[in-house]
Amino acid sequence: MHLKYESQLREPLVYGDKTYKQVTEDIVRPIEAKPTKLWYVGFYIAVALLMFGVYSVYREVTYGIGQWNLNKTVGWGWDITNFVWWVGIGHAGTLISAILLLFRQGWRTGVNRAAEAMTIFAVMCAGQFPIFHMGRVWMAFFVLPYPNSRGPLWVNFNSPLLWDVFAISTYFTVSLLFWYSGLIPDFATVRDRAFTKLRKRLYGVASFGWTGSTKHWQRHESLSLVLAGLSTPLVLSVHTIVSFDFATSVIPGWHTTIFPPYFVAGAIFSGFAMVQTLMIIVRKVFAMEDYVTIGHIEAMNKVIVLTGSIVGIAYLTELFMGWYSQNKYEGYTFWYSRAYLFSPYGWSYWGMMACNVLSPQIFWFRKMRRNIFVTFFMSIIVNIGMWFERFVIIVTSLYRDYLPSSWSVYYSPTIWEIGFYAGTFGLFFTCFFLFAKYFPVIAIAEIKYVLKTTGEGYKNQMANIEEQKLEEFVHEHAHH
Amino acid sequence: MAKKKFVVGCFDDEAVLFPAVKKVRTAGYKIHDVYTPFAVHGLDHAMGLRETSLHTAGFIYGITGTATALSSISWIFTKDWPLNIGGKPHFALPAWIPIMFELTVLFAAVGMVLTFCYLCQLAPFVKKHHFHARATDDLFVMVIECTDKTNTDDLQAFLTSNGALETKVEVAEDGWWLGRYDKDEMPFEEKQIVAA
Repeated sequence: MHLKYESQLREPLVYGDKTYKQVTEDIVRPIEAKPTKLWYVGFYIAVALLMFGVYSVYREVTYGIGQWNLNKTVGWGWDITNFVWWVGIGHAGTLISAILLLFRQGWRTGVNRAAEAMTIFAVMCAGQFPIFHMGRVWMAFFVLPYPNSRGPLWVNFNSPLLWDVFAISTYFTVSLLFWYSGLIPDFATVRDRAFTKLRKRLYGVASFGWTGSTKHWQRHESLSLVLAGLSTPLVLSVHTIVSFDFATSVIPGWHTTIFPPYFVAGAIFSGFAMVQTLMIIVRKVFAMEDYVTIGHIEAMNKVIVLTGSIVGIAYLTELFMGWYSQNKYEGYTFWYSRAYLFSPYGWSYWGMMACNVLSPQIFWFRKMRRNIFVTFFMSIIVNIGMWFERFVIIVTSLYRDYLPSSWSVYYSPTIWEIGFYAGTFGLFFTCFFLFAKYFPVIAIAEIKYVLKTTGEGYKNQMANIEEQKLEEFVHEHAHH
Repeated sequence: MAKKKFVVGCFDDEAVLFPAVKKVRTAGYKIHDVYTPFAVHGLDHAMGLRETSLHTAGFIYGITGTATALSSISWIFTKDWPLNIGGKPHFALPAWIPIMFELTVLFAAVGMVLTFCYLCQLAPFVKKHHFHARATDDLFVMVIECTDKTNTDDLQAFLTSNGALETKVEVAEDGWWLGRYDKDEMPFEEKQIVAA
């Protein structure tokens, strides 16, 4: 018997007395079983939303940006709000897979695969918005620096918008590589148990001929570690650069030095909320409560209350600076356009405050952190709050800036702007449903790696040894 | 590709595997490879494999990315088309840091993954010989390469005495070829041998 020691004070990460075989069985089961009716219902709703989104985008591309209600000063509205929202959601996946790997947090193994998938799908959704916001989307390739016949007139490398092009595309590529390199061994597991020819063939292609050789594992470990090391500053840089889109401008409410850390904390906050929403459904539907335990949910709720409070401090700092700077434009933006409840957009500011700052404080209580229903409800609330945050930042600042003569009319979206947003939900959930059906939603090899340290059965064996008397232990285990 | 003769021993516990690896090596046999369902830490050292240099390659790719970004942007903005952006300096290094950083990460990540696939000979449609289908499930499969002098019966007995649950002799290709996994014998269930 081989045991590695972990304190009994720590909860098991895998419940039940599992063997390696059972881990494989449990995680591969949804792939090998026929999808349930609920899966079909969810999938078709997602596809319907996606179709609506495609039609909304079709209208925008055919008739132009005028299909949206953007106006003279509110040049960024729902589109960029949604862009920032989706990119932010993606950040939790990288945080779980990369930063928690560097911090040696064992609990990441239960949720990292799904969280990384979420990252990739969220970034795919995010990317749609700036691309279609260009209006003439067929010229989207103009953002790439390539020798061209227009001079060559190059892109502006000093512009945060171009930094965004590089940041988001790098982020997507690196996340995809990280995710897929982790999937290769698990695809091999699915391939080697496949019972139909088609399955064997497809997973055979997807697994790249993985055998499980020790040398390959050694390189795989090195690759994962370095990719984690690269992704960690990358994920911080991505939302920093997104915040630069605002912070480097001279618009009151955007021109703020605290934006980078404030945006990164907000991104992790909303991303973890989305992971909670997805994992609570996945663990229930696929009966994976043994792998995504209440302990996992609690750990994520701790991150939510931490980052939610950081975001809260940032809001208060902004309000303070709006007063302390004695800059009347800043003061007007923060204290009238935002914080005054009866200003045109006051409702969005207080919606944000209620959802992001007040309500997550419930997670200071252990009972609440470990309550599935509260967690699920809060995860939705937080994501609504984080959407409001981006809307507040973008719209209230643009709606009324310096000259009252250039103040715009009240901005509210058209059905096609809403449709575009709904469409990205469709895209996200279509991808996620397919992922949940055809991919191992939990990293099989990584669970096996932590099983003997943190599996319930093994922890119990260890507890028995701890209770033995010294003489008994020596008698049993010493080499005579 | 030449076919070679191998002796295969299957273990179900890494704690049994480690001493077995040590004994097999001390006895002078050449371990071709050990196939495991997950990364068993320390197994590479036990087998006497050298450390991988993949991270060094990653570093080189990374600085290539930095250099590419810096040299391209500075050439474009100071030589090819010095664009006047609000009267700011043409050589605006601080403003280029984000893109230099992103390209560093991009080059390092893409380069490392491609190098990883090349070194491990992994690619879509690649097929290799699998000594045991459960090596990706719950068995640790030790494969020993035979020479002309190897007595396979002795070796199998030796493996069994060291905790192997199942042993066999196989003649197999040790490289890779383009192939499909559905050409394997089907269905899989019948092939499966339950380790006692």
